[in-house]
Amino acid sequence: MKSTLIFLSFLSVVGLASAAVGGHRLDRANIDASDAESLQRGAKIFVDRCVSCHSAASMRYNRLTDIGLSENQIKQYFIADDMVKVGDTIKSAIPASDAKAMFGVLPPDLSVVSRSRGADWLYTYLRSFYKDDTATTGWNNLLYPNVAMPNVFSQEQGVFSAVHSMSGLSLTVETEGSLTADTFDDLMLDLTNFLVYMGEPAAEKRKQIGSLVIIFLILFAFMAWAVKREFWKDIH
Amino acid sequence: MLRPVMTWIDERFPMSKMVREHLTEYYAPKNFNFWYFFGALALVVLAIQILSGIFLTMHYKPDADKAFASVEYIMRDVPAGWLIRYIHSTGASMFFVVIYLHMFRALLYGSYRKPRELLWIFGMVIYLCLMAEAFFGYLLPWGQMSYWGAQVIVNLFGAIPFIGPDLAIWIRGDYVVSDATLSRFFALHVIAVPIALLGLVVAHIISLHEVGSNNPDGIDIKKHKDPITGKPLDGIPFHPYYTVKDLFGLVVFLIIFASIVFFAPEMGGYFLEHNNFIPADPLKTPPHIAPVWYFTPFYSILRAVPPMFGSQFPGVLAMGGAVIILFLLPWLDKSPVRSIRYKGLLFKTSLAIFVVSFLLLGYLGLKPINIWGQIGGADVATLVAQLCTALYFLFFLSLPIVSRLDRTKAEPDRVTS
Repeated sequence: MKSTLIFLSFLSVVGLASAAVGGHRLDRANIDASDAESLQRGAKIFVDRCVSCHSAASMRYNRLTDIGLSENQIKQYFIADDMVKVGDTIKSAIPASDAKAMFGVLPPDLSVVSRSRGADWLYTYLRSFYKDDTATTGWNNLLYPNVAMPNVFSQEQGVFSAVHSMSGLSLTVETEGSLTADTFDDLMLDLTNFLVYMGEPAAEKRKQIGSLVIIFLILFAFMAWAVKREFWKDIH
Repeated sequence: MLRPVMTWIDERFPMSKMVREHLTEYYAPKNFNFWYFFGALALVVLAIQILSGIFLTMHYKPDADKAFASVEYIMRDVPAGWLIRYIHSTGASMFFVVIYLHMFRALLYGSYRKPRELLWIFGMVIYLCLMAEAFFGYLLPWGQMSYWGAQVIVNLFGAIPFIGPDLAIWIRGDYVVSDATLSRFFALHVIAVPIALLGLVVAHIISLHEVGSNNPDGIDIKKHKDPITGKPLDGIPFHPYYTVKDLFGLVVFLIIFASIVFFAPEMGGYFLEHNNFIPADPLKTPPHIAPVWYFTPFYSILRAVPPMFGSQFPGVLAMGGAVIILFLLPWLDKSPVRSIRYKGLLFKTSLAIFVVSFLLLGYLGLKPINIWGQIGGADVATLVAQLCTALYFLFFLSLPIVSRLDRTKAEPDRVTS
């Protein structure tokens, strides 16, 4: 028993993980991986807006059947180019060389961006753009200063400008957008939800299978214990 | 039906003899406790790694342009590929968890003492191979941490005087970590080191079965044998007693293993680092490069030793020495008793300080050196790491004296439960 406790305390040292991100405070992205409608809305925003510049080279269009879409729906609403087949991976609309010329850097592939950045970071980043005339694109970002990406959602979000104060930079509305702040946040939440799904499409299935495996193993453990006790009856 | 088959085999191959010698008539002490699960578990994890590795090799592409994408291909397009990959990545970390606990058991009960010195040495060589295996394997996903971790570690070899720079180029096969490095690390990871590991594991087990297992009391069970049968009175046949007991231990271990694979495969960024989901970029050095958790105690020691004469070599030497000194353990421990149960307060205190230092070094190795701020212009974390490094070596260097001065208790004649 004592040795078991020592082992457990060893594990807890390994598990002492707190994801502290230095600097900027991240807003919490309350996403729900089982919300198919949110994922579908997110997927739609992704292919309509992000894919103009970004690729998702590991993600196939027909994988969207995972989130409740049929192949016909995918062809009809998610693939604009007739040359693109439903089994193809998601490629950006502009050629890499053009993108590089336009932004100075290649827009990164977004297949697994959620796994390096995390949901909270993406959700905060998407909502932290402000107008900055000194930047090449005319935009800057509180979370990711001097990022080469412009605010592609300024129509919906409105235009913000940065105000310097004692506590650093903060944002104020300059021009109202077509959506209210809450509606826009929900939209970005859908997009974040989709990006997280795309980072690991098998995640939901993984957890489903996992529960069954753990239940099986627990039953197996009881049986193994019973067998052990039976064999060891005469050992004193 | 079975008997004629067995007879036919036994006339041509010592099948029954081997089963008797290593299982049904291998007498293990009856008082094994919790700590004695980890040898068998290490063997199972090795099998898990080899099996899952075979399937990963079928789909992985050791090519700098394709490696990262091929891992994502495994995660998405290969049936159950995500499962195989997570089993392999979890297995890598769990291998070290199991091995560290297995080694700590030896430290607790003096399992390296005569006549088990060679058994300990085989084990240490296995540990070295395992570190090499983990290091080569970690480059293969070709993410930022793979790339820069390999860059940093190969550069350590570059710090060796005179031959260093050429040695580093020889290891990489290039001036920087590149496609050439990836291809050779792949070869070493899937062929060279696994073959060495398998051979060493066989040697480890043969020498264990030659001298017999130690036990939590650290006393020899062969001293008291049944006068008629000649079997040790405190020994029980490995099969069926320990096979059924280890089976139970294995299932409990698999519950933990499966919980990680299915519910926390990244283990909060410790088993799969977040930055390793960014493809390797030779032009972009990440601001904070940390090795995977199982290397961090030694990485901390490396960082704790300041460069001397403009060379990193003293740190490299300290890091290498921290591993090599473990080999000497059988000859450093002069205690009249093997097990911690009969050792005195002096040894117990010394061991406790060693364990705390090792864990602290491991923790600090994961973090940037400025996490605890500064005192008088020096990083607090670095000062703590330096203290822990000194304590780490002090444990070994003082052991000949500590184990002689230690007030030990008398060992029992027969094993206790």
